[in-house]
Amino acid sequence: MSDWVEACGADDIDEEDVMRFDHDGRTFAIYRSPDDEYFATDGLCTHEKVHLADGLVMDDIIECPKHNGRFNYKTGAARGAPVCVNLRTYPVKLDAGKILIQIG
Amino acid sequence: MEATISAMPSRRDYSLLGRDAKRAVETGLAAAEWYHTDVPRKQMKELMQRSDGPAIRDTIIWLGALVLSGAGGAWFWGAWWCVPFFFVYGVLYGSSTDSRWHECGHGTAFRTQWMNDVVYQIACFMIMRNPVTWRWSHTRHHTDTIIVGRDPEIAVMRPPDLLRVVLNFFGIVDAWHAMTDMVRNAAGIISPAEKTFIPEPEQPKAIRIARIWTAIYAATIALALYSGSFLPLMLVGLPRLYGAWHHVMTGLLQHGGLAENVIDHRLNSRTVHMNPISRFIYWNMNYHVEHHMFPMVPYHALPRLHELIKHDLPAPTPSILAGYREMVPAFLRQLRNEDYFLKRELPPTAKPYRDEFHNDNDAVAAAAE
Repeated sequence: MSDWVEACGADDIDEEDVMRFDHDGRTFAIYRSPDDEYFATDGLCTHEKVHLADGLVMDDIIECPKHNGRFNYKTGAARGAPVCVNLRTYPVKLDAGKILIQIG
Repeated sequence: MEATISAMPSRRDYSLLGRDAKRAVETGLAAAEWYHTDVPRKQMKELMQRSDGPAIRDTIIWLGALVLSGAGGAWFWGAWWCVPFFFVYGVLYGSSTDSRWHECGHGTAFRTQWMNDVVYQIACFMIMRNPVTWRWSHTRHHTDTIIVGRDPEIAVMRPPDLLRVVLNFFGIVDAWHAMTDMVRNAAGIISPAEKTFIPEPEQPKAIRIARIWTAIYAATIALALYSGSFLPLMLVGLPRLYGAWHHVMTGLLQHGGLAENVIDHRLNSRTVHMNPISRFIYWNMNYHVEHHMFPMVPYHALPRLHELIKHDLPAPTPSILAGYREMVPAFLRQLRNEDYFLKRELPPTAKPYRDEFHNDNDAVAAAAE
């Protein structure tokens, strides 16, 4: 059974930025793209378990703050060394100004 | 300040497959959580912002000066007038490429990724660092900075091999290893140590690059033999020797003489104030504590980052000369006592990270002798 979980307010994240969200012992990264869409992925880099929320969002890329590994946060695809393993992504929806993610 | 850890083993094993490598994993020194100065997210975002402008400007100056000095050296070849041209060409070829390789490897120099990739490949060739191998070794260097047995980029191991250090001012040891590694990789062999940090899918890329480079050097040597002149080698290959001195001079200051096996870049890295020419050649890597603490910040924003966090860092070393005045005596002392190191003094405004490095107690003696 998949649940929708309220992560934060839509305005809590700046445009082209990322925010950390912890829930039930897990950590996620919530993104707001430059064209004002929201996305969610696992919160830790698949390379060395660093929090991506401390990284840099550029267009549809999140860059890890430790080794500059890159992912497409919309698809989770690994886009540049040293990351080789894709990020898991999660469905996101907006509801009354709140961001909800579906945690499988 | 100076200190020694009495509990450390008397001999170190820097091998990536050795005793200290295993111990670093067991004790949690490997892939540890490192200290970071608190910087508000809004300010850090501003500092991390990428831009093509500064690096395009610097690359035009760099490549323009490289072509002009190389052309001047070739034009005056056989006369003493070629010396100043090759002096400049050598530094641009054998030293500036160290920082270009580094910054473009991080992907921070340019905002546009293909620009980082192009300059990275050019710089790697000139500095003789396989772009695949060194991308992964540098990743490890950032994960485990100056952790014995884990960091493959420790320039001066203890006790220091000072002959090797001196020879490397002329690129001799590094170039020899680069060439033998290139030939080995070109033969399809990845060493056991390389296998510890290069993922298997990446290893064929290292071999392919080594084969291309071997072909380029073979063609250059063939041209030199055919023309009966050293000139082709003065332009390709040898500048890595006669122009290496600047990147070795600045590179040794990054961590030389400082603590090993600490997970706080303030204690194992050195920020040094430098003249503008050296900073251009070095692309601001003199702000080395700042770079290690926040590798996402591009080289052109490091001076701003330094101003923002300097309250939490040791006082910067005021000059290259001052750096050598503290580092060389430390190297000499490590010949007698390899546990000796320079302890960085944190300002009163700084947050201590590990108390044993900020208070005199059982773990830290006041001096090596």
